[in-house]
Amino acid sequence: MAKILLKGNEAVVRAAIEAGCRYFFGYPITPQNEIPEYFSKELPKVGGTFVQAESEVAAINMLYGAVAAGARAMTSSSSPGVALKQEGIGYISKAELPAVIVNMMRGGPGLGSIQPSQSDYNMCVKCGSNGDYRNIVMAPGNIQELVDMVIEAFDMADYYTNPVVILADGLIGQMMEPVEIKQPEVKREMPEKTWALTGKNGGEPHRIINLNLDANELEQVNIELFKKYAVIEENEQRYEEYKMDDAEYAFVSYGTASRIVRSAVNELRNEGYKVGMIRPLLLWPFPEKAFEGKDHIKKYMDVEFSMGQMVDDVKLACNDKHKVEFYGRAGGVIPSVNEVVDFAKKVMGGAQ
Amino acid sequence: MGVTHKIFCAGFGGQGVMSMGQLFSYAGLLAGKEVTWCPSYGPEMRGGEANCSVNISDDLIGSPVIKQDATVAVLMNVAAFKKFENQVKPGGSLYLNSSLIHEKPSRTDINVYYVPVNDIAAEMGNTKLANMIMLGAVNKIEKIVDDELLLEAFTKVFGEKKANLIPINREAIAKGAASVG
Amino acid sequence: MAVLFEKTKGMTDVKTHYCPGCTHGIVHRLVAECLEEMGELDNAIDVSPVGCAVLALNYFNFDGIQAAHGRAPATATGIKRVHPDKMVLTYQGDGDLASIGMCEIVHAAARGEKITTIFINNGIYGMTGGQMAPTTLPGMKATTAPYGRDVSLQGYPIRVCEMLSTLDGSKYIERVAVDSPANVIKAKKAIRKALETQKAGLGFSLIEVLSTCPTNWGKTPVEAVKFVKEEMIPYYPLGVYKDSTKEEE
Repeated sequence: MAKILLKGNEAVVRAAIEAGCRYFFGYPITPQNEIPEYFSKELPKVGGTFVQAESEVAAINMLYGAVAAGARAMTSSSSPGVALKQEGIGYISKAELPAVIVNMMRGGPGLGSIQPSQSDYNMCVKCGSNGDYRNIVMAPGNIQELVDMVIEAFDMADYYTNPVVILADGLIGQMMEPVEIKQPEVKREMPEKTWALTGKNGGEPHRIINLNLDANELEQVNIELFKKYAVIEENEQRYEEYKMDDAEYAFVSYGTASRIVRSAVNELRNEGYKVGMIRPLLLWPFPEKAFEGKDHIKKYMDVEFSMGQMVDDVKLACNDKHKVEFYGRAGGVIPSVNEVVDFAKKVMGGAQ
Repeated sequence: MGVTHKIFCAGFGGQGVMSMGQLFSYAGLLAGKEVTWCPSYGPEMRGGEANCSVNISDDLIGSPVIKQDATVAVLMNVAAFKKFENQVKPGGSLYLNSSLIHEKPSRTDINVYYVPVNDIAAEMGNTKLANMIMLGAVNKIEKIVDDELLLEAFTKVFGEKKANLIPINREAIAKGAASVG
Repeated sequence: MAVLFEKTKGMTDVKTHYCPGCTHGIVHRLVAECLEEMGELDNAIDVSPVGCAVLALNYFNFDGIQAAHGRAPATATGIKRVHPDKMVLTYQGDGDLASIGMCEIVHAAARGEKITTIFINNGIYGMTGGQMAPTTLPGMKATTAPYGRDVSLQGYPIRVCEMLSTLDGSKYIERVAVDSPANVIKAKKAIRKALETQKAGLGFSLIEVLSTCPTNWGKTPVEAVKFVKEEMIPYYPLGVYKDSTKEEE
């Protein structure tokens, strides 16, 4: 298929439908409105169903029902709306159901702004509902990755029976880039959804439980969940290394911020700095393996559109908190390449 | 490293500012280049102002954002001129719709081109052609893509139903080119 | 020996956790009997709420899921949109439906979701220990209204059937009580009618059941039944509030 120019939000819809998603539940919020709008136009054409929910809270709970019924389904929102969805995401995690949630992040806290931001790292990667649980979090850096990740997210969600969050930002949602809609490279053997609510049909009733009044029983549920998370942590560490071969300094950045860093790396390389970038493609599990065997790196320079929410993970991954420096802009402000270059030069000193 | 064009377009809604950017982007895609198109969005659109940032490059595009580093800025009205003169990087080019903008920029470190696109469009009998005239002028000087690719992009952006408008748009691009040549 | 009464196949052989004199058990049985009589036990999916009925899915002998507090109508919407041919019901208490979940029930009704809601109104929060509910009667005591509900401070009870019957998407709405054998029989007919409304694909249906909570009311089971008859029914009149099933058919 030839590449076509697609806006990120529309690309999400095209990718989801390609992945077999037939149900979407959502509520309007900028900057992701094209997702529900485009779904409402496209789903009827493929025999699917679009429901404009009365709230983000209702939308995530509709999703809970639809995925419990065995369907491929998703919701999308932007930061304040995703905050409202946290409760439902916790329920879906506890019930071990597959669901895909897209977050086109905007500035916060509170109602914040509508400009691109990365300040939901804590909420989505560390998980903002009650209890011990984990979500797989994918962080696309361009529209092609967004398409590929959305398609794979449905497979991963089904495979691990776990929510998958696509953590992008408003710019990725609004931006157009050339893309190709294609099936994922990784083909997984999909488990049959024997647990789905389809009526008992002469057999035993399917029961999707969210409450365990017995503490020992609930502890066991937690233990089983964390066995699954350990498998995901082992299998799904993904990252890109950019110009890291001879690097003495490394940026760490994801999503749209990583693109500005990529340009900064190119400029710094032109000036002779031995600098590269580690770009996490998944934020949970965090790609700790990317930091192995890199004791020679003098400094890690974390660049985000936030006040530094990923910094703790970088410190843990490199196992030396003194090596980690941070530069970020918040509230929807996007740093220029020059700002990032200047920050890096301060960190590196005259180390050309 | 190959060439990267960073094109910033601004004006008010209805001047075809967003589609100007999309036409360049699609033409770039058809030419086999890497492209990005980023719109302004939200309340700033409500006031009638619109702008977009386009990158067309031989290489993978890093930052899609234009922040005072445009190689080309196209400003279509006075409000955009007052706000975005500094978007062009030193040595870059500024294209002004001189039908509406009668001032001159204070900067001396950039190339400035005055294109009376509304007047030319009026002469052609169709004010909607103003953005295509500007496109022709910019492409003549900057040589971003083949003119024919802009016309091929036209049906990608506006749909096959508008294919009948290609001849008049071809003429508009030529008039724009002639105005700066 | 002739069999005079047989337990419905729609209920499991599990001892329930409900208190003596609580009418949840009666309502569970009525729902299960109706589904069995309609031949829908294989097709039914229950959405249990947060509250005393959170474990209802263990007592029903058909599919079930536990929803977040108040969100059962949203979760049921998701299920029904995926399986339009299944019987989907929510079973919700007054705190779940009329307080935290008011938004979801109103919009499910407004959308005309083809689901059936069994709404248990006993005027109190049962599971959490007798706090004031949106349906607590004026003057009625609760652990968060120890001096009795003072409407000048705590507002008035909500009449759910009256409110939801104004919505075009709701097709069958009736309020019943389970305070006497005669009313239990009427309640069963109402539940059957609501389920038939869903099966015919007509739209949203809801049966409000005036129920007891002897434990949290501080009454004996007999006093509790009397309270339903003498205090609750006058405030929440029984009857059919909406029946547009004829027009729809």
